[in-house]
Amino acid sequence: MDKSSWPTPDAMRTALAEIVGVEHVLTHIEERALYAYDATIRRTVPDIVVRPHSTGEISRVLDYANRQAIFVYPRGSATGLSGGSVPLNGGIALDLTRMNRILEINREDLYARVQAGVIVATFARAVADANLFFPPDPSSAPAATMGGSLAENAGGPHAFKYGVFRDYTLGLTVVLADGKIVRTGGTTVKNVSGYDLTRLFVGSEGTLGVIAEAVIRLIPKPETQRTLLAVYEDLHQAADTVSRIIAAGMQPAALEFIDDASIRVVESFLHLGLPLDAAALLLIEVDGPEMVVAEQAQTIAAFCRQHGAREVTIAATAAESARLWQARKSISSAVARIKPSKIAEDATVPRSRIPEMVRRLKAIAAKYAVDLVIFGHIGDGNLHPNIMCDERNPEEMARVWQTVAEIFDVTLELGGTLTGEHGVGYMKAPFMPWEHDETALDAMRRLKHVFDPQNILNPGKVFPEAAPPWPISLAPWNRKRRAPDD
Amino acid sequence: MSCIKCGLCLSSCPTFQQTGLERESPRGRVQLIASVAQGVMPLTQGPLADTMFSCLDCRACEVACPSGVPIGRLIEKGRAEVVHLSRRQAAQTPGEQATRLALQSLIPYPRRLRTLGRLVRWSQRTGLAHWSRHLKFLPEGLRGYAGSLRRLPSRTGREMLAADPSPVPAPGSPRVDLFLGCVMDVVFGEANLATKRVLERNGCAVSAPLGQVCCGALAVHAGDRDGARALARTNIDTFLQSDPAYIATNAGGCGAALLEYPEWFADDPVYRARAERFAERVRDASQIVETVGFRPPAGRFPHTVTYQASCHLHNVMKVGDTPQRLLQSIAGLIYRPMADMARCCGSAGIYNLTHPAMSAQLLARKMADIPPEADIVVTGNPGCWLQLEHGAATSGPPVRVMHVMEVLAEAYRSEPSAGQSES
Ligand SMILES: Cc1cc2nc3c(=O)[nH]c(=O)nc-3n(C[C@H](O)[C@H](O)[C@H](O)COP(=O)(O)OP(=O)(O)OC[C@H]3O[C@@H](n4cnc5c(N)ncnc54)[C@H](O)[C@@H]3O)c2cc1C
Ligand code: SF4
Ligand code: SF4
Repeated sequence: MDKSSWPTPDAMRTALAEIVGVEHVLTHIEERALYAYDATIRRTVPDIVVRPHSTGEISRVLDYANRQAIFVYPRGSATGLSGGSVPLNGGIALDLTRMNRILEINREDLYARVQAGVIVATFARAVADANLFFPPDPSSAPAATMGGSLAENAGGPHAFKYGVFRDYTLGLTVVLADGKIVRTGGTTVKNVSGYDLTRLFVGSEGTLGVIAEAVIRLIPKPETQRTLLAVYEDLHQAADTVSRIIAAGMQPAALEFIDDASIRVVESFLHLGLPLDAAALLLIEVDGPEMVVAEQAQTIAAFCRQHGAREVTIAATAAESARLWQARKSISSAVARIKPSKIAEDATVPRSRIPEMVRRLKAIAAKYAVDLVIFGHIGDGNLHPNIMCDERNPEEMARVWQTVAEIFDVTLELGGTLTGEHGVGYMKAPFMPWEHDETALDAMRRLKHVFDPQNILNPGKVFPEAAPPWPISLAPWNRKRRAPDD
Repeated sequence: MSCIKCGLCLSSCPTFQQTGLERESPRGRVQLIASVAQGVMPLTQGPLADTMFSCLDCRACEVACPSGVPIGRLIEKGRAEVVHLSRRQAAQTPGEQATRLALQSLIPYPRRLRTLGRLVRWSQRTGLAHWSRHLKFLPEGLRGYAGSLRRLPSRTGREMLAADPSPVPAPGSPRVDLFLGCVMDVVFGEANLATKRVLERNGCAVSAPLGQVCCGALAVHAGDRDGARALARTNIDTFLQSDPAYIATNAGGCGAALLEYPEWFADDPVYRARAERFAERVRDASQIVETVGFRPPAGRFPHTVTYQASCHLHNVMKVGDTPQRLLQSIAGLIYRPMADMARCCGSAGIYNLTHPAMSAQLLARKMADIPPEADIVVTGNPGCWLQLEHGAATSGPPVRVMHVMEVLAEAYRSEPSAGQSES
């Protein structure tokens, strides 16, 4: 990491202003300070902020940065939960939100072309207006960009039935670290010509290239939906129901879990009259043709009752079900009503291990005496244990960091992964060797070197050696990934 | 309730919608204030100062923020800091000076405002107002508005109220004190009269205590917290002395400020409790009408009407669907909802004067959202009212703008058995 050879901020500004226009280069500290963060807790101010408007401008910015070896941090709306866009080592924050045009929605071939800065919810609405369906629905959709969500391979409640961003990406336009522009994939649903670079760039967290445009697969809109709310007095029964729903081969469109602490915070935000005495809720959506859906909703409702639900209600109107979903999607932010800081995890386990994971999470929280809130995409085994804490309290934070390490330890023990959808960023990078052996990590490093030999793109993320060290010693766990056939 | 930077407030913020800039967003504003508070950077007259004042105070962000961050209060404090700094550095633009002059010397004093009202009326009659557009020394925003400003009524609301006979209240009628507001009373006196009549038709005993002054909202939004508190104390004393069941407002901006008095006195051992006793009685007139048991008018109001939810009424007073429900109960009235009805129209107190360009963009969007069939836009705040009339007069559509209470009063007035409240 050698910043001494970088041009002065003034020289950078002059060069970059020539590319994007002077009003789209921000240098005042009061503007740069606003690019220091995402939804994680570390803040570092970039040296300069650049806001390109076209693929060509991105290309010229990267060409300049690469020649001067200046770090570049791609940034969408900075809603990331793993710290992906935080400019850890200074350099250029590359704000992609001006690239906000939906270029095409093709109803015959069922695809859309978008620029990276288009907001996910805006896109989903436009698609719905064209009477088509774009299923991935991260709770941050009203703010998050398509580019950021592709770079994280984001999911959402609909992932249970419909899959994640990667499953809807047909092709990409990517600007490489040296400014060269690559087009991957195409507009066909099938495509096996050559290596699948599309799938490689999706989920690469801004470390392999900057996504400028994407071709997105669309599907026909389901005829109708129903939302069910199942209320449990025992959280383990709720988790157990989920495993059984899956084992029974039922396929709701979404299957979400909400624990008691989550119910309380979201109720104090929205005042919907959710049951404050419940231990857990399952929020379930079924979709499809009207006749099938009505019957499926009844079947699942009966199934939940059989497996311990105190009551199950089916939303009577679209407005009512929208409110329930708003409640679910607000939790991730509403938890800040408990304590000022949150460490959000999204460790994911095989679906059959969900009940055990819930039990283990509760035990870990008790062991370290931390405020743990659990909600999330339980149908995918992708729970969001959120640890609520106060960053300013070092004693508490030491327990929090231990909790996180232990959550990862247990997740991997159960055959899971560090992250299901939020990405590695800097937050999980120190744990990468727990999940991936040295051979796998080395393959990733060599791949990175091919695309970004100077290591200018988003340094400090994904790879353990580059990230800020974990605040406490990880020695007590000493977990190493077993080789596949151990 | 601290900000965890989730971004869920971004899309609700009109200034972010227009600019796409983080510094014009609630998340950005909160971060700037926090950075200064934590000593990460010093306070200067730079972008931070600008963005504190480019906020519309519409509070849409607070409704959107699941974490419950008190964004409005933080921004008001940020403004107070900036004002403090600029007083120390004494660097003020002519626009700032004009704003401050108005805030400190005019608005707190109803009598001076009435005098100004007479002056404006005189200038309108003599045609001077027409020329004001060309008077370069007026701030740009004010020049634009002077031409489209409605002809001021010859009497203030208080004067109209005094001349309006009240029915003898039935025993046990709830006592309601009317908060008249300053702009409302001078520019839209009829709305105060209409509010009185509607409340009376719904069985309330209405009076308007003497001694009430401006609510202080404009002062607090401009960063003058001490000035605002002085006004608030006078209002609290006046209304607690009168001791009504409800304090009725018909201006969302004022009502929201009155509701927030307890916050303004958070550190004041005496006035905090008094402010709480005061604030718990404050309601929008439409809410009172529903609470006491709405008696729908038997008369008709044959118009196609849409409703613009004033930000403070919607986001702070939380009137919800009440005004629309009242409107929809009127015979002959065809109601057409306006898309995104709670998005700020760009009036925002004196924002249209201090930030004419942003205000004009927001107004243009608002005017475009008016359903084409509507001939009347109903609102519940004088600032929105002036702004929408300005839009109707300049870009169109040429709708009429009315207050909820006026529409109701009109429907009562046209009842077949023509009631007592005729004038
Ligand atoms: C309240 C809340 C709820 C959330 N819910 C979910 C959820 O349900 N499911 C889920 O999966 N995630 C969720 N997230 C996480 C986050 O919102 C997603 O990861 C989101 O997709 C990030 O989008 P963004 O535009 O904010 O990207 P940013 O945070 O700005 O960036 C994310 C990463 O992508 C990179 N990047 C951004 N744009 C580009 C580009 N054009 N090209 C290359 N790299 C780029 C950045 O460098 C960074 O590494 C949630 C977050 C919050 C705060
Ligand atoms: S103010 Fe609220 S909604 Fe906005 S970023 Fe902060 S926590 Fe999220
Ligand atoms: S009050 Fe309105 S303008 Fe100000 S930050 Fe909030 S949403 Fe934006």
